[in-house]
Amino acid sequence: MEQDFSALDAILAKYRGRKGFLIPLLQEVQNELGYLSQSCMKYLADQVQVPAAEIFGVATFYSMFRLKPQGKHIVRVCKGTACHVSDANGIKAALLEALALPEGENTTSDMQFTLMEVACLGCCSLAPVIMIDDMTYGKLVPEAIPAILDKFRF
Amino acid sequence: MSEVTVKVGLASCGVAAGARDVYRTLEEYLEANPKPVKLLQTACIGMCFEEPIVEFNGSALGQMHVGKADPSNIIKTLEDYIAGIAPTENVILAEKLEGRHNALLHNQKRIVLRNCGVIDPKSLTDYEATGGYQALKKALQMDKNAIIEELKASGLRGRGGAGFSTGLKWSFAAKAVSEKKYVVCNADEGDPGAFMDRSALEGDPHNVIEGMIIGAYAMGADEGYIYCRAEYPMAIEHLKIAIEAAEAKGYLGKNILGTSFNFELHIKEGAGAFVCGEETALMQSIEGKRGMPTIRPPFPAESGLWGKPTNINNVETWANVTWIMINGAKAFRAFGTEKSPGTKVFALAGKIAGSGLIEVPMGIQIKDIIYKVGGGMKTAKPFKAVQMGGPSGGCIPAEKLDTIVDYDSITATGAIMGSGGMVVMDTGTCMVDVARFFLNFTQNESCGKCTFCRIGTKRMLEILTRITEGKGVLKDIEDLEELAENIIKGSLCGLGQTAPNPVLTTLRYFRDEYLAHIVDKRCPAGVCIPLLTYRIIPEKCIGCTACARKCPVHCISGTVKHAHVIDESKCIKCGACQKACKFDAVIKE
Repeated sequence: MEQDFSALDAILAKYRGRKGFLIPLLQEVQNELGYLSQSCMKYLADQVQVPAAEIFGVATFYSMFRLKPQGKHIVRVCKGTACHVSDANGIKAALLEALALPEGENTTSDMQFTLMEVACLGCCSLAPVIMIDDMTYGKLVPEAIPAILDKFRF
Repeated sequence: MSEVTVKVGLASCGVAAGARDVYRTLEEYLEANPKPVKLLQTACIGMCFEEPIVEFNGSALGQMHVGKADPSNIIKTLEDYIAGIAPTENVILAEKLEGRHNALLHNQKRIVLRNCGVIDPKSLTDYEATGGYQALKKALQMDKNAIIEELKASGLRGRGGAGFSTGLKWSFAAKAVSEKKYVVCNADEGDPGAFMDRSALEGDPHNVIEGMIIGAYAMGADEGYIYCRAEYPMAIEHLKIAIEAAEAKGYLGKNILGTSFNFELHIKEGAGAFVCGEETALMQSIEGKRGMPTIRPPFPAESGLWGKPTNINNVETWANVTWIMINGAKAFRAFGTEKSPGTKVFALAGKIAGSGLIEVPMGIQIKDIIYKVGGGMKTAKPFKAVQMGGPSGGCIPAEKLDTIVDYDSITATGAIMGSGGMVVMDTGTCMVDVARFFLNFTQNESCGKCTFCRIGTKRMLEILTRITEGKGVLKDIEDLEELAENIIKGSLCGLGQTAPNPVLTTLRYFRDEYLAHIVDKRCPAGVCIPLLTYRIIPEKCIGCTACARKCPVHCISGTVKHAHVIDESKCIKCGACQKACKFDAVIKE
């Protein structure tokens, strides 16, 4: 079935014809829809007259673009140097355990949480750090993880 | 009675430590109890380890910074301050009192960070009150070449890490003949462990913008981009506010300050690719393409964004421009060394007591940064190495701590100045594991264009992983060195050319640790899990059973009041027993 993407037309109108528009366009579309599906990228390709392969190429190059549906909350675990030497692996293990992710998936089956690794959140003095949506939690110990996640569960 | 001002540091690190709650508590209290107190906000003063930080001013106690502020005691601190009663703890900096970190500032010199943690970054008026946009006014009266000559004379070198002369770089773009030119600010601070640019942008966005306007004027550009990584939402927000305010005041846009000079400035949010910190990749990304580096020449100064002459500088470089314009090249050269004048901002992190942001004159010894400015080690474990320059840099060991901070001396150690990340490591850090960590990073972030970088880093990572798992052989070291040499030779951009540095420096200074992993199958720092064994010292064990109850795989046996034993064949090396033991009877070898 053809999906209806006409809701994106207002966003498209903002970017069409502007130089270097592709990345901000994809960022805004992803903010709107949560992720970039293949059919969505095809629709955008038709609309802005850029080959779908080029859009797919850009979407897969940058780590911020997501090609699969995401959970309601994004959990970013920082794997920067300062966090690494302050037991970021222990924090990640605690997150994996608390979220009980299905094998090979990074989104929980109830679509509440998506777990991601990020290179550095820039709060190195608070290492180890995680970020849930736009809230940062620092100076963590693995035991603190379940209670933090509970704040986001309803 | 004079008015008391209370300033809360609301930069990313402060907010993460709970500064918003402190601010809200003060705000609600002052609403309910009107007083001659002015509540203000600022950004990062640099002492991230003491966040949330609140600054008080205006009572008999004089200026006073309080650290580790908490909603539960901040009102009492405020009331006491007004009454002239000094807090008994957590005074970190003070004019008239004994601040416990007063001494940490003695070896610092703030040029780039002069306004950070002082002004409200969202207020143009605050910035103007510190002399903001005076440099631009002065520059617009000057001959364009004179501006570039002044910059050349200052000896300012690119603070992104490579250290090329900024004045010279500007002169190339200025000489290029074209109707259209661009200037770009590289704020794609991707090195894990580095957050200088984030703080500079969050804390004093106008200073960077003003530097760019002056640069654009001197080089003849009329459009600019700030390429900022999307992981820094507060930096982006503050930049947006600053650009809007500058446009409204006529510092940006058409006919700037009544002259014929036009300059339009945009923000581009990155989308998560480390390689975009490389200038040619960054330009590809601004154009909306995959961020793959291109061959130089042509250099951006001849053919950059959309084929037009372009000048790219890093945040800290731009942030030096206004100070040099106002105070002159000679004043700038009063700091630092002959070949590396000025100051450098560093982000201290890892196992150091005073983690945060510092700015020191070049030429200072690394030892002094760690022990005098950074307050020494965080725990009782001794210093082992300091990592500089992130994935492109290397680890500097204890015996090289008297190295001075300038581009050439740092390069001689095998590390690089880099953008300014300094991650301090103690004896609990395994250097092979650190090398593996960085290779994992570069291998993930390689754009895939050059074969040696794409496949070579993968092979190096495989070898390092094998060594940390206890499956290494002696030939691995030879292979690592050969791969490193070829990756350096066979890669187009800085990412590949520097990717082997973390391995090469650890091999140079910590070769015995590699050998311990390979030959003795032992991780001296106790980090590499497959090489560890947990053991209970019978003399220390009192038989409290705490460990046995915590063990997730039930591999600890023993009866109450008798020494327990770990069955190594079943042990998963999770360390739960060691954490549970109150008598230090469980050891990790």
